[in-house]
Amino acid sequence: MRTLFSFHGGVHPPTHKAESTRTPIALAPIPSKLIIPLWQHVGNRSVPIVQVGERVLKGQKIGRPEGKLSSAVHASTSGTVSAIDMQLVAHHSGLPDLCVTLIPDGRDEWISHVGVDVTHTSHAELRHLLRKAGVVGLGGAVFPSDLKTDAHHHQIKTLVINGAECEPYITCDDLLMRERAQDILRGAELLRELLQAEEVLIGIEDNKPEAIAAMQLAVTQAGYRNMEVLCVPTVYPSGGAKQLIRILTGIEVAAGVRSTEMGVQCFNVATAYSAWRALAHGEPVLSRIITVTGNVREAQNFEVLIGTPLDELIALAGKQADTNRYIMGGPMMGIDLPSGTVSVTKATNCIIASSLKLFPPPAPVMPCIRCIRCADVCPADLQPQDLYWFAKSNNFGKAQEFNLADCIECGACAYVCPSNIPLVQYYRYAKSEIHERSVEKLAADKARERHEYRQFRIEREKTEKAERLAQKERDAAAAKASFEAGLAAAENAQQQTINEAIERAKVQAATAHALNTDALTQEQLAKIAEVDARRAKMRELAATAGADDEPPKS
Amino acid sequence: MFSSPFISQPSSVSQIMLRVLLALIPGIAFYVWYFGPAILVSLTLASITALVTEALMLKLRNRPIKPFISDNTALLTAWLLALSIPPLAPWWLIVVGTAFAIAVSKHLYGGLGSNPFNPAMIGYAVLIISFPAPMTHWITPHSVDGMSLNFAAQWSYIFSGMLPSGLTLDAVTMATPLDTLKTQLHLGQSVADIRDMPIFGRLAGHGSEMVAAGFALGGLYLLFTRIISWHLPVVYLGTLFAVAGLFHVLDPAHYVAPLFHWFSGAAMIGAFFILTDPVTSPTTQKGKIIFAAGAAVLTYLIRVFGGFPDGVAFATLLMNICVPLIDIYTQPKVFGKKGAGK
Repeated sequence: MRTLFSFHGGVHPPTHKAESTRTPIALAPIPSKLIIPLWQHVGNRSVPIVQVGERVLKGQKIGRPEGKLSSAVHASTSGTVSAIDMQLVAHHSGLPDLCVTLIPDGRDEWISHVGVDVTHTSHAELRHLLRKAGVVGLGGAVFPSDLKTDAHHHQIKTLVINGAECEPYITCDDLLMRERAQDILRGAELLRELLQAEEVLIGIEDNKPEAIAAMQLAVTQAGYRNMEVLCVPTVYPSGGAKQLIRILTGIEVAAGVRSTEMGVQCFNVATAYSAWRALAHGEPVLSRIITVTGNVREAQNFEVLIGTPLDELIALAGKQADTNRYIMGGPMMGIDLPSGTVSVTKATNCIIASSLKLFPPPAPVMPCIRCIRCADVCPADLQPQDLYWFAKSNNFGKAQEFNLADCIECGACAYVCPSNIPLVQYYRYAKSEIHERSVEKLAADKARERHEYRQFRIEREKTEKAERLAQKERDAAAAKASFEAGLAAAENAQQQTINEAIERAKVQAATAHALNTDALTQEQLAKIAEVDARRAKMRELAATAGADDEPPKS
Repeated sequence: MFSSPFISQPSSVSQIMLRVLLALIPGIAFYVWYFGPAILVSLTLASITALVTEALMLKLRNRPIKPFISDNTALLTAWLLALSIPPLAPWWLIVVGTAFAIAVSKHLYGGLGSNPFNPAMIGYAVLIISFPAPMTHWITPHSVDGMSLNFAAQWSYIFSGMLPSGLTLDAVTMATPLDTLKTQLHLGQSVADIRDMPIFGRLAGHGSEMVAAGFALGGLYLLFTRIISWHLPVVYLGTLFAVAGLFHVLDPAHYVAPLFHWFSGAAMIGAFFILTDPVTSPTTQKGKIIFAAGAAVLTYLIRVFGGFPDGVAFATLLMNICVPLIDIYTQPKVFGKKGAGK
């Protein structure tokens, strides 16, 4: 016998599961119209590929996946597309989203579809088929399964198949395991193969003995060797992926860590089932099992076409007059639906018709008395009373320091709080604020980086400019210097030339003089003397005449 | 907005406090049995004062009166204080103490959930410092000297200070066993001799040991119904036993046996009802252990080496100061950050 582990805390709310397990799964009839949201999965909304007025067949793809993290959406039955527009959807945001409205023709006519031989198809091809078939986590997280079957080179030891179904009221997985155990196991084996996991551990809470028996029988009959059905104690939230992994393997997957990094992957039983149907039979996810319970006459599980309006589904179970609203999911983590006009999606595991009697409004909130009943039940070992205090005082840094990110919002703390404090709401608020701030911070960081780069660029350009300028100045100075040097050199050269010339001239003059006067004849000498005498006489005459002309000097 | 979870456990502050009040009843019953019904008078006075003060303060603070007045926390403060002071004290003593506890140490600090100190212990501290004389007049258990007061006489003394003719105050009151022990030890007597005095019973004070046992019984009820966790009472009593036992073993003539400490004074009511006040005690398990051990050591030191007859109130208040620090340094590791599976 394998030893199981336990997680800290947990609560035991009344299960209310017996009401909806008295009868087998019923097939819900085709509704008058189907409102099929194009965004039923984690990731990018799928893109509509049909036109208004177009006739579509059952299983025909009407929304193609957009980007890596996305999934396909299909027509749940044959009929005519009557609208592609924004409609209220079953989502906790309460905001409308793009939906394809289909008017069924009642013929339920399939598009041609065939399965593949899973043992002779490549893993890449199988993953592609999962994506094409719109297989997402049907436990409620709706994460595209094709991505989860990729271990990213991590060695996977254990594949955990989650059949715990710990939330009160919900019994869809219970009934699925009771009635369709074989296909679940085939799907589990397929997922194990894709992940190359060594073993498959199927965890089921011990309040579902029929499901446990059915699954165990199926394992024995099929002869799977590395597959084990394990009965886990009934304690909420044992069906949380992290909690179930902890119970079955002892491994604790911290916030922000992928379980595959620790050698574990986890799928819901319904996901394993739909993966098998998609690959072996070529059936995309067109329907799912939904528990309809609460304030209805006959609580029951139905196999419901995706897109079926809530009102039509509730009518099948017998709506009570005093129903005031609907909860999608369980009472611990479910969401309040805005109206009965929204339609069921792949994430809809349970619809609880609510009345004031069934879910009375919460009692007035009292101050926290630090009784730490919340900390006693917290499956993440947090101190909810401190986190509440930090969230309330907008001290988000401190909330993060006290590991708010590890909160799985299971609601156990709020369930036991004697002061009726809506603790989970405070955590959601703080988380969204922190998220928003981190987005803002990211944007601010980017802006700052851009700004800093700009500053850097401007600075760099300035420096470069200055350098260029300095270079220019240096060049100019050098040029000037060399020019001046050249000039000086030239001057020197010139001077020298001049001097040389003068010297030469002097020499020449001397030589010339000598030459001029050397070769004079007596005749010439006499002439010169005669001329000189005449000149002297003329100078004398000029001097006397000049004396009359010029004014006296003193 | 309506948001999950949509269900909650049917529990409330009011119910929790009511159960704590109920758990005090065995101790009160023994009290009445051994010391007469005077305690019921002070419990009533304290309750009325607490409710009136609470309502007044809520009105002054613009808070809704009904949900808070019915949360039973003011009543609990009143009862704990009434059980900590002599029942024969003049009526105004408990009134002043309770009013101070509720108005100042609770509401001026922000009301329910925000007070750093145990309000009842603040009330006790104020009274023992301001009015030390009437705080020492404890009723002699009626089986000790046969001179007990009937209800009419107790009533008359509480409200008018008049005793029936022929009786003096000293004849019908006494110091607490802890006080007597301390005084006699100072006078040079040995523990064994002192414990032969008629006011002492098998474990501690005659009568008062049974009251303490009554509180222990109520405390066990709280423990088994999970209103309180085991950490505080077990560690407190364990540490007190260990410290007292150590001294006792080393010098039995001067240091009384640990069980005497358990069943004397406010040790039992402190362990199960006072230290366990959630508002003023640590939230972490490790923190609770540190808090309780610290309170036990302080209780012993004050009792044996200090000037006051009992140490529980001051030990509690001193440890209350440390709670925020203790909480910060004893944060447990969260899921996934503890290393591989246990």
